[in-house]
Amino acid sequence: MIPAAFDYTVAESAEHAIQLLGEYGDESKLLAGGHSLIPMMKYRLATPTQLIDVGRLDDLAYINRSNGHIAIGAMTKHAQLETSDVLAADCPMLQHVASLVGDPAVRHRGTLGGTLAHSDPASDLPAAVLALGGTIVAQGPNGQREIAASEFFTGYFESVLADDEMIVEVKIPAGTAGWNYQKFNRRAQDWAIVGVAVADGGKGISLVNMGSTPVRATAAEEALAGGASIADAAALAADGTEPPADLNADAEYRSHLARVLTQRALEAANG
Amino acid sequence: MTSVMGTRMLRKEDPKLLTGENKFIDDIHAPGELWMGMVRSPMAHAKITSIDTSGAEGMPGVHSVYTGAQLQDMGIGVGALPCAWPVTEDMVNPPHLPVAVGEAKHVGEIVAVVLASSRYEAADAAEHVVVDYDELPTVSSLADAVKDEAMAHSDLGTNKAFHWPLDPNPEGTAAAFANAAHTVKAEFIQQRLICAPMEPRGCLAIPSPAGGEITFYSATQVPHILKVMIAATTGIAESKIRVIAPSVGGGFGGKLNVDPDAILSVTLANHIGLPVRWTESRSEAAGSSHQGRGQIQHIEAAADENGKLTAVKVHLDADMGAYMMLITPGVPLLGSFLYTGVYDIPNLSFTCDGWFTNMVSTDAYRGAGRPEASYAIERVMDIMAGQVGITPEEIRARNYIAGGEAFENHEAASTLVFDSGHYRPAHDRALEMAKVADLRAEQARRRDAGETKQLGIGMCTYVEICGLAPSRALGGLNYGAGGWEHATVRILPTGKVEVVSGSTPHGQGHETAWSMIIADKMGVDPNDVEVLHSDTAKSPLGLDTYGSRSLAVGGVAIAMAADKVIEKAKLIAAHQFEAAPEDVEFDAGSFSVAGTPAKSVHIQELGFAAFAAHDLPDGMEPNLQEQVSFDPPNFAFPFGTHVAVVEIDTETGGVELLDYIGVDDCGHQVNPLIVEGQVHGGIVQGAAQALYEEAVYDEYGNPLNPSFMDYLVPSAAEMPSIKLDSTVTPSTTNPLGVKGVGEAGTIGSAAAVINAICDGLSPYGVTDIEMPATPKRIWEAINSNGGAA
Ligand SMILES: Cc1cc2nc3c(=O)[nH]c(=O)nc-3n(C[C@H](O)[C@H](O)[C@H](O)COP(=O)(O)OP(=O)(O)OC[C@H]3O[C@@H](n4cnc5c(N)ncnc54)[C@H](O)[C@@H]3O)c2cc1C
Repeated sequence: MIPAAFDYTVAESAEHAIQLLGEYGDESKLLAGGHSLIPMMKYRLATPTQLIDVGRLDDLAYINRSNGHIAIGAMTKHAQLETSDVLAADCPMLQHVASLVGDPAVRHRGTLGGTLAHSDPASDLPAAVLALGGTIVAQGPNGQREIAASEFFTGYFESVLADDEMIVEVKIPAGTAGWNYQKFNRRAQDWAIVGVAVADGGKGISLVNMGSTPVRATAAEEALAGGASIADAAALAADGTEPPADLNADAEYRSHLARVLTQRALEAANG
Repeated sequence: MTSVMGTRMLRKEDPKLLTGENKFIDDIHAPGELWMGMVRSPMAHAKITSIDTSGAEGMPGVHSVYTGAQLQDMGIGVGALPCAWPVTEDMVNPPHLPVAVGEAKHVGEIVAVVLASSRYEAADAAEHVVVDYDELPTVSSLADAVKDEAMAHSDLGTNKAFHWPLDPNPEGTAAAFANAAHTVKAEFIQQRLICAPMEPRGCLAIPSPAGGEITFYSATQVPHILKVMIAATTGIAESKIRVIAPSVGGGFGGKLNVDPDAILSVTLANHIGLPVRWTESRSEAAGSSHQGRGQIQHIEAAADENGKLTAVKVHLDADMGAYMMLITPGVPLLGSFLYTGVYDIPNLSFTCDGWFTNMVSTDAYRGAGRPEASYAIERVMDIMAGQVGITPEEIRARNYIAGGEAFENHEAASTLVFDSGHYRPAHDRALEMAKVADLRAEQARRRDAGETKQLGIGMCTYVEICGLAPSRALGGLNYGAGGWEHATVRILPTGKVEVVSGSTPHGQGHETAWSMIIADKMGVDPNDVEVLHSDTAKSPLGLDTYGSRSLAVGGVAIAMAADKVIEKAKLIAAHQFEAAPEDVEFDAGSFSVAGTPAKSVHIQELGFAAFAAHDLPDGMEPNLQEQVSFDPPNFAFPFGTHVAVVEIDTETGGVELLDYIGVDDCGHQVNPLIVEGQVHGGIVQGAAQALYEEAVYDEYGNPLNPSFMDYLVPSAAEMPSIKLDSTVTPSTTNPLGVKGVGEAGTIGSAAAVINAICDGLSPYGVTDIEMPATPKRIWEAINSNGGAA
């Protein structure tokens, strides 16, 4: 629980942070809310020698309407999502999911950019962004690029983000149509054993903790689009997934949960 | 003045705690202090083939590095850690050195120790000590230990540490089973639990190089016991050791041991002449602090055709872990006397085998042996009720001691004498508060409608043995100390009262409770009372806090010392009044001569008279100060009935505790606010065992969940708003009529919650579920019988 030695620099802007990433190379890490990175450092699972603090970049903490989507700055905290009027009106699902992350202390430190970059398949917000068809705006030394959430996650704690890139913004299509989020855990503050996010009446269904990345329940989505009943579609929710095993659940139980929760989420979203 | 006893006085401790004024171990520093960094074994059982400390020695801030063998060669008193409870003459007790020599016996055992000028440097350097191991066969579970194939200690030839019987009347038990109309046979697993106090362990040893004294600060429940044990282990004279427990953030038993850090910091500080300190990290705490429970219970019960129990037979296999710590072997035996519970069951046969495993030691954890026993008999009562075809309520009513009526001095089958009890009022009140009839109707409705979410209702009537302990009884159990408690009460020259307590609070609110006892006895304002404790220089005599003993033993000692002060003050008052002491009355703090109440003197005013000693009765010693060592003639036996209501999601296996009712009887209550706080916490801790907590090990003896991310301590969010009430059946063991309440909640709640789950799942053919009842286990239980109700 004692991290290895590291140096610490406060970035003055996104550009500055990216420049520092280039200078320090792969021994450096961005520090946002620190609620994933610091625990990993305390266990010495991560041993960056240089932290670049972007968590103080307040101009990257915003939630704005813009041309049919919502633009959210990467340093927006979960608590800001949870209390946002813009989201309440135009994307209540993201607001709701944010309110279920960890506990209040976590939500007042953790950021949307941080949780996406961390790419933990057990996290709530990445799956929500995936179901909502969001886009991640990454900035590097050569400017910005947009990455669809469906292209972003590549494996456990891995994404397409390059070492010298930083997430600066997340774009979410505005939409209030039939949504639901089911989070199954044992204690209120815990990560989901399995979670299911349903957006747009079932056009987007994504699963939490059912593989090495947040995944779309493609078989269920397609069945539903093809006119299958909710029960029949939900029965396909775990198809094609490779769920992990841990102290809470094995693959079989996780698959079962995915089916039950998908059915519940679809019923609620279409209720 | 109206009595403060029994009022909900706010705790005197809280303003200092809430404003951060209190000093915990981590707030206390000494100039020049060095931090210990522990190098711990990553193997559960292995020969240590080499240790290379050179990589650590040159690192920044490093003062020195020691292996176990070096420490032994240095001859500085790093002796084996003590076990104070050799439960049998032939108990096997392999030496438990603070730093392993030759072999490591569990993951987390210390194999070398680094001293460095900061905690961070100590942790960095510890990583650079290179240790080579040769893996040995590992005993990674109690079930494996009992097979006695792989050996936890290579040289012992067996894993069995002792066999302990309690069988006052074997013929009676045999006859009861031979004549039984109904028998129940069950096996329950008491999983290992991590103590997890809010503040982890820590210590600071400050030497006095010229004088040879050592001041030892420790986040401990037992400064007095530590002082004796440090002296006995290290050879340092007791008179040179001062132990101070600063503010301590909880213990739950986890801080009543003599851990390696105590012996290491004291001996190393003495040796190098500099202060030495340590604070454990959470993962260190989870992997190296002793754990609770760890038992497999084999229990059989016999009953007549009406469900009246006639005998209980128990064999317990108890997981000692790798070594015997302070009271490791005694913990399961503390439960032995309670396997007949609150019931009038004439026969009890009990045996316990203690087994070594390659896991961290077990030892006391809230309730220590008694929650386990209560769980087993209360589960058996429900199973028996099902077999006889009566309700859980009815089987209990038919079996209560004295038919549920008030009783005193009941000799149980174990031969222990229960001081007092009156079980039916608590039983009736709890069922009434829970509205059990309504719940049963709702349960039937949901069952008929085939709803996904089913209700379960469970109850438990527990009894606890507390107020540890009559010294003779402890002697009979071969425990290595007494069970008395010591108190001093003095009136200072200004009239303020000072109480010196031998019991040692670590969150319980002793300062408030002791002030209230004094206020009540002496007629003074509770705010005029100051309580000194937790420092062996201020309170040289004491046996500390565990086993729900503080009030029933220590609080009683204080009340008795106050009586002695009043007696002496009365002689001074009589002298001032020029009256005979027999004619002097004492009421609400004031002495007066019978019949002339106008002339009076308050006891606080006599503090100065006794101090100045200008005009005391002939031959009287100056000062108003008295002390008492109270050795209780018997234990005290609090009890109560708890009801748990659960909602089970039959599709996911998820379970929610919907409602929880506790009606507890701890005799007279000094402060109901404190009582309720203890019961709340206790209930949550027992419910945590039922639903959430388990220290899990893999087949190699690796702890799999040594962090709060995976070891699930519940929070307020998981708990319903607990509803409490109480009955009052005074103890006959002590003049205050008090019993203990620190462990009560824990003793009642695990069984109530599991009984509720089993009740909810009964339509699915489920009769038992292992703790913790995780969603996965519940889902599997539902599906093991085809899933349909
Ligand atoms: C007790 C606890 C409970 C929690 N419970 C939940 C839960 O229930 N559900 C859940 O989803 N999460 C949970 N979390 C995680 C929480 O949501 C984290 O805050 C989040 O995962 C990471 O966000 P952060 O801002 O703290 O990132 P950090 O920890 O600062 O960073 C995480 C990683 O992302 C990188 N990074 C950060 N920002 C950027 C950026 N803008 N561009 C590129 N890389 C970046 C960092 O370098 C690091 O590798 C919990 C955390 C804790 C401590």
